[in-house]
Amino acid sequence: MSVLVYIENWNGKFKKSTYELVSYGKRLANGLGGSLTLLSIGRVAEDELKNLGAYGAGKILSAETDAPLDDKAYASLIAGAAKNNDASVVVMAHNGTGKALAPRVAVRLNAGLVSAVNGLPVSFQPFVVSKKAFSGKSLMQAEITSDIKVITLSQNTAGIETFAGEAVIEKIDTSSMTSGTKVLSTEVQTGKILLSEADVVVSGGRGMRSADNWKPLEELAGVLGAATACSRPVSDEGWRPHHEHVGQTGKVVAPNLYFALGISGAIQHLAGISSSKVIVAVNKDPEAPIFSAADYGIIGDLQTVLPKMTEAFRKFKSGN
Amino acid sequence: MNILVCISNVPDTTTRIKYSADMKAVDYSGVQWIINPWDELALTRAIELKEANPALVQKITVITAGGADAEPTLRKALACGADDAIRVDAAGGDSLFTATQLAHAVKGEPFDVILCGIESSDYNGSAVGGMLAELLDYNSVSAVSSLNLEGNSVKVTREIDGGKQSIETAAPVVLIVQKGIAINPRIPSMRGIMTARTKSLKVVAAAAASPGSKVVGYQAPPQKSACKMIDPENMDELVHLLHTEARVI
Ligand SMILES: Cc1cc2nc3c(=O)[nH]c(=O)nc-3n(C[C@H](O)[C@H](O)[C@H](O)COP(=O)(O)OP(=O)(O)OC[C@H]3O[C@@H](n4cnc5c(N)ncnc54)[C@H](O)[C@@H]3O)c2cc1C
Ligand SMILES: Nc1ncnc2c1ncn2[C@@H]1O[C@H](COP(=O)(O)O)[C@@H](O)[C@H]1O
Repeated sequence: MSVLVYIENWNGKFKKSTYELVSYGKRLANGLGGSLTLLSIGRVAEDELKNLGAYGAGKILSAETDAPLDDKAYASLIAGAAKNNDASVVVMAHNGTGKALAPRVAVRLNAGLVSAVNGLPVSFQPFVVSKKAFSGKSLMQAEITSDIKVITLSQNTAGIETFAGEAVIEKIDTSSMTSGTKVLSTEVQTGKILLSEADVVVSGGRGMRSADNWKPLEELAGVLGAATACSRPVSDEGWRPHHEHVGQTGKVVAPNLYFALGISGAIQHLAGISSSKVIVAVNKDPEAPIFSAADYGIIGDLQTVLPKMTEAFRKFKSGN
Repeated sequence: MNILVCISNVPDTTTRIKYSADMKAVDYSGVQWIINPWDELALTRAIELKEANPALVQKITVITAGGADAEPTLRKALACGADDAIRVDAAGGDSLFTATQLAHAVKGEPFDVILCGIESSDYNGSAVGGMLAELLDYNSVSAVSSLNLEGNSVKVTREIDGGKQSIETAAPVVLIVQKGIAINPRIPSMRGIMTARTKSLKVVAAAAASPGSKVVGYQAPPQKSACKMIDPENMDELVHLLHTEARVI
């Protein structure tokens, strides 16, 4: 009865979502009465790995390699580690990497997969997990019936917890890894807060009127240390880059605080934000559907409301 | 090259979800069915590639695993510009079951590029594409936001956290596509609708397969409490509430 968690690193570092995943894995292992093993693929300094001990890691398998993500090769390594460690549950993050690898790992382990689970199992025996379905319009409970189970965990749904204990690191062999895909080039933005990791997201819709009006929104984001986002028409119009588009056909985000500025609240947009803990909406139309999804609402014109809002947060932040 | 597009038949995205009395099943009565939005974009990109280079892309096939009631959706895909269609006569089941059905129908067939969407808008599984690749023992690239073909080489862009990667791979390959793969979905033309009726739609018998999971029941998502309205002249109140009541700043 052991749990295997695959942990991803970003240039040798872990992120908030990694710590969430590790402490979730520990709670899951406790619930099953088993132990937790982590698998890291890539090059991570020993200190960074050891540090995971405080979040519940017992054994950490470290597969040191410079090979970039290749779905088949990575999945084979993860499934192999699951078998060698008698894992009964394999856990990954429900992010780009987890979505790419979990299905392949599941097939290799002849396991049922439920993706985007939103917490610990509702029941361990039978193994029943809960997740959103129909893009947030429904909650569903599913039982994984296979011997080995694979799940991916929605981001920002499990709290980070610390545990007493130390991690033991064990290197595993990667010499037989081969890749069927070749990375020609990689472009990453640095210095910006990533939408997927952000605690606060400031998002603008068509109500922002034009690309030139985005300065005040960026200012608010700056004051709050927030990531910026937008609705689909905004990215379609080219007012903002495509990677900021949130919703059913864009990114699904789950920050603690989401600002919907000049966004009407179409069902496809709500599909991407419904897991946010708190939603603040500004709209000049009191009938805008966003107000039925929001926790706090302001009826008004962004041209005047936004600068006032930024000022109020600036005052608060400088007083802290 | 031959391209296969996997099509999931889903309720229209604006559908209100209703349930059976015991909350163990979704009540699909009155539902409007559509091509899963991602699959529609995948198909659109396949058609664009074929139109741009008919000598390179010989044929586009669409496939779905589902009952006879999924056929209108396949016909729509044919009307958009797919050349032929396959329906695996297997309804229900989880992603492992569905992927096994698709793999069974595809194995040994000369498809070079298999396109799947990043998720179905019904169960949001994000699973069938990767599973199909593993069952066929093909390479796969997920989170693909652009696709180009050059000879036997497949060039894609993969979205990664905060950026993107340019990747080259060889056919056969499964590509799991998302935003960016095509901008506006193809809409069937009148002529397309006419010719779709004469295109081949082959029905393949289901394979023996067992699912790895099953739905136990549904719940409506928790109701949000009413939105608290704040005076636009009093932004300090907003800050105060977010700090002391919601405790998010
Ligand atoms: C298959 C499908 C998938 C889709 N996927 C997505 C998706 O992933 N994400 C997404 O966002 N959309 C998606 N859409 C589009 C969606 O249906 C809406 O059209 C879109 O979300 C509307 O964007 P918006 O709220 O920015 O614009 P609008 O609906 O035009 O709303 C603008 C709002 O701003 C307000 N406003 C205007 N001026 C001001 C002002 N000066 N001050 C304050 N408020 C003002 C207006 O009252 C209005 O409520 C999808 C649609 C389909 C069919
Ligand atoms: N029943 C099905 N028939 C054919 N393709 C499917 C089916 N279900 C899912 N797919 C494909 O797999 C993708 C991901 O679906 P899912 O894993 O269900 O979220 C979809 O976008 C389709 O391309």
